[in-house]
Amino acid sequence: MNSNKGISISVKNLSKSYGNIQAINNLSFEIGKAELFGFIGPDGAGKTTLFRILTTLLLPDSGSASLCGFDIVKDYKKIRQIIGYMPGKFSLYQDLSVEENLKFFATIFGTTIEGNYDLIKDIYIQIEPFKTRPAGKLSGGMKQKLALCCAMIHKPEVLILDEPTTGVDAVSRKEFWEMLRKLKESGITIIVSTPYMDEASLCDRVALIQGGNIMKTDTPENIINQFDTALYEVKTNTMFQLMSDLKEWENTESAYLFGQYMHLTINNKDSNELESYLQSKMHKDIEIKQITPNIEDAFMRLMGK
Amino acid sequence: MKRFKGFVIKEFYHIFRDYRTMVILFGMPLVQILIFGFAISTEINNAGIAILDNSKDAVTQKITNKLLSSGYFKLEANLSDYKEIEPMFRKGNIKEVIIFENNFAKKLETEKKANIQIIADASDPNTASLITSYTSNIINNYQLEMMKNQQLPMQINPEVKMLYNEELKSVFMFVPGTITVLLMLISAMMTSISITREKELGTMEILLASPLKPIQIIVGKVVPYVFISFMIAVIILILGFTVFGMPVQGSLFLLMGECLLFILMALSLGILISTVTQTQQTAMMISMFALMLPTILLSGFIFPIENMPLPLQVFSNVIPPKWFIIIIKNIMLKGVGLGYIWKETLILLGMTLFFIVLSVKKFKIRLS
Repeated sequence: MNSNKGISISVKNLSKSYGNIQAINNLSFEIGKAELFGFIGPDGAGKTTLFRILTTLLLPDSGSASLCGFDIVKDYKKIRQIIGYMPGKFSLYQDLSVEENLKFFATIFGTTIEGNYDLIKDIYIQIEPFKTRPAGKLSGGMKQKLALCCAMIHKPEVLILDEPTTGVDAVSRKEFWEMLRKLKESGITIIVSTPYMDEASLCDRVALIQGGNIMKTDTPENIINQFDTALYEVKTNTMFQLMSDLKEWENTESAYLFGQYMHLTINNKDSNELESYLQSKMHKDIEIKQITPNIEDAFMRLMGK
Repeated sequence: MKRFKGFVIKEFYHIFRDYRTMVILFGMPLVQILIFGFAISTEINNAGIAILDNSKDAVTQKITNKLLSSGYFKLEANLSDYKEIEPMFRKGNIKEVIIFENNFAKKLETEKKANIQIIADASDPNTASLITSYTSNIINNYQLEMMKNQQLPMQINPEVKMLYNEELKSVFMFVPGTITVLLMLISAMMTSISITREKELGTMEILLASPLKPIQIIVGKVVPYVFISFMIAVIILILGFTVFGMPVQGSLFLLMGECLLFILMALSLGILISTVTQTQQTAMMISMFALMLPTILLSGFIFPIENMPLPLQVFSNVIPPKWFIIIIKNIMLKGVGLGYIWKETLILLGMTLFFIVLSVKKFKIRLS
């Protein structure tokens, strides 16, 4: 462990396929201790497969990986002692109450709720009023908070969270990420996957994963800074027409809907031409503004490449 | 050990919270044993008959009275013509028609011979042969009584005694059978379902990624069902004894021990099923078809193994319930000790160990 001090997770040339489908393809990366590392990618990108390999639930076809110096194949028993895992699907006992679930997971990891109460206090306090309620009857956000409590009740060294915020409302999502930041402060390495690109900016570093390949690994700031072209937001009176017109325009590089606006990158960097094009297509109330890209724009650009 | 205890407690929560299943678990033995005991009976009671008496004399009257007072038959109609027989059967109220020939008493007197024809509805062959044999027995008895005063040149008199079940109660057959079927069903199906449920709900993923050992998960799953199955066995035995007077001639302790062995066998079979299935549905289907049907059909519970074609007889040897039924019938009805059933016990024990080893080996420590 001393040899790779500061490195919590190290993955080398990891591959796994199901039949003809290559789920993850030759992945290599390193994650530092107490880092909050995000995997961002669409459904089917290979996030869950990767996490299952890291949690020793699946064997890779080739390549190697280690957590805290333990090999995921050889030392799977040791790894199972030190990780906290929250699968993508809600996986607690629906017929057990909040408290019973927590107690059960504390027991099977050889600890007690009281023993590690400090660690989960901030989160648990929010669901404690419902502690006698069956877990199946909690709201989506509550469920995820309970699942997080259960995953870290034994003070894991590495916390692996597979899409913890999917299906959770915006407010709860924000709270959830605040909790993760706090946990990170206490020295726990956290890897988290999400299909929501806006959550990427909350991580220390993110990896964009698509089709089993990591497209890019960097800090959110760097990823935004690497945006190498001008970005415009466009709005007119008929957004639906605008969408198809922009896609047909020969100068359009990429165009996608973003909230109430279309985000657009173009070939020849001259927005005046755009305005006249839109006028020729009978658009009114045309708004065109150059903006600084955010993380989502950066990802859209990376994924388009 | 603490982990294991926590796991078992959790299993009990699952079982007791699911009260619909609980009702089925404890209601099923009750209903089954009552149905088997009362409704499905191979004894003849109040079977409807019709009589076509062409003679109407003192002797035919006497025979008729004897038949009707036996309790086995109920007179549905007195016929006067052969033509009425067929429509009568078609109506379905009667199982048998008894026909006395003309001048019955007179013929008996002069020719020393008179005929009774018995026509039975053999659409249900077992009942038909039972009814006709009851009828001829009663007639034979009457004949013997008549000849008491006369000396026959020679006579063979078979005296039949039905050992172990003198009244030929069918419940004596059904109680051991029901215990077997229910223990098999509950133990194997419930464990396989409860393990596949963890797979289906995704909780198995967390359990596997935790420090719990496979053996702790398996044994933790089994322990609660050992208790429940054992309680059900006791309920059936008590019901059999109180409601139907089913005796336990042999050692109760031995009987319970054998039940426990069989439960363990069925549980390990359930675990084995769960290791090869992914969903609760398939686990249930396999338990139903692969276990229930052979248990009912091939174990000797309803159909005697000796009457089966040879391949099925050979096949029945690998069906654990066959051995268990032999064991408990011997203990309950014949009152034998372990000395007489050690071979069957050993076979069950061997099967249990085989299934346990196989299921622990097959239990996956990973997801795929």
